[in-house]
Amino acid sequence: MLSAVLAWVLALCAVTAGVLVFRFDSMARATFALLASLLCVAGEVLLLGLQYLGVVIVLMMTIEMAVMAVFMIMFMMNPAGLMPMAMLHNTRAAAALCAALFALLATGVLTADWPRATGRPPADPTFELGMSLMGPQILTMMTLGTALFATIVATVVLATRRGRYDRWGDDLRAARPDDPARGGVGR
Amino acid sequence: MADSAPLWAAAALPLLLAPAALAVACADGRSVAPVREVLRLLVQQPRRTRAADALATRTGTVLLPLAAVLAAAVVPLGATPVSDLGDGVVWFNAMEALAWAAVWLTGWGPNSTLSLVGGYRFLAQGLAYEIPHMLALTTAALGAGSLRVTEIADAQRGLWFAVWMPAAFALYLLSAAAMSFWGPFGQPAGRDLAGGVATELTGVGRLLLLGGRRLLLLTSAAMAVPLFLGGGHGPLLPGWAWTLVKTGAVLALLLWLRRRLPGVRMDRYTELSWVVLTPLAVLQALVVAVVVLP
Repeated sequence: MLSAVLAWVLALCAVTAGVLVFRFDSMARATFALLASLLCVAGEVLLLGLQYLGVVIVLMMTIEMAVMAVFMIMFMMNPAGLMPMAMLHNTRAAAALCAALFALLATGVLTADWPRATGRPPADPTFELGMSLMGPQILTMMTLGTALFATIVATVVLATRRGRYDRWGDDLRAARPDDPARGGVGR
Repeated sequence: MADSAPLWAAAALPLLLAPAALAVACADGRSVAPVREVLRLLVQQPRRTRAADALATRTGTVLLPLAAVLAAAVVPLGATPVSDLGDGVVWFNAMEALAWAAVWLTGWGPNSTLSLVGGYRFLAQGLAYEIPHMLALTTAALGAGSLRVTEIADAQRGLWFAVWMPAAFALYLLSAAAMSFWGPFGQPAGRDLAGGVATELTGVGRLLLLGGRRLLLLTSAAMAVPLFLGGGHGPLLPGWAWTLVKTGAVLALLLWLRRRLPGVRMDRYTELSWVVLTPLAVLQALVVAVVVLP
């Protein structure tokens, strides 16, 4: 009973904070409204008994949104919300699309023939969830993870304007690298 | 295995931590000036800045001490924490990550350049300390084969993790100072920024932020005890006394180091952290994995 009430309260808070993301002018407020929404989702995951996943969502989303605030303020045209600016684009089509999607999902939820729960929850639901999601595919996932990470590193390397020739000279033999920022290791 | 403390302990936790943090502040300054400062801030007339985001400031200043107290909930006093979570280490890490949001929001809120620079400095510092810090936490959890803090403490009955994971312990201490932006890592609230994130704060807001910072330092020092110093285990004295003695020793070490080390600039520390400390932490984790896994 208590967990059902809590689930509804968290769900309402999550949706409210999600709506607020688009109502706020200030990028700082929008980012942290999104964080609040995601923390409510973490609460829902905790309610499902997936303790590890819930806590990890709190950890990851907090750091992610703190870094995201920096980028939002760097790139959006009206970071502090001091001038009016709409966060909404193509409102009519988006509203129609959202309504249709909501109707579709709601129909699915109400009409699907859900299986009855049998047995009891496992001792460690996170472990069981991980095994059932990607138990046989863990090698694929590991490879994919490494490939993604390599892609990130490669993208950053390609995007950097300064390369090793700028730092160490044309013959790569400079005694110390020529960096725009002083300090650090060995300099 | 230890059980969680009774429910009243959750209410008692902040009442226990706040005077302890005040005592740390007094020991840090070697005077009773912090006590006077607390009383002054409680009655100080609030001051506002133009076009301030008051909600952001208030959220940030309240969130910092709240995060520190919530992180302390998994730290066992003796053998019993307020809440013996199965994923206590992850919980601790998640709560201290809330400090990122708290400090940045506090810096952003007052619409003041100096406090905003302070907030950004803390994010840069966070990016520098967080990876070695997470690896140090992971190493301790790996050594015990559990994310439960009491089990990590129990795994050190024979040999403290600080003895055979010295690099992880040292990295943890560094990040404890860095996450509470204190001592050599105090630049986010540095004097060169006229107080950084705390520049525009007055009254209770200032008390919450600067007190929250002490609470975070205290909590992370206390967490070093179950993670690396054998928790409440020790001869003669009861468990809770050993926890207090060891926490005091960690704090004394941090205070001593603070007087020996110069201030660290976060751009330099980032390079040191990513080029030297992170590989060191990975190496330490590898050594522990090789010892533990077979």
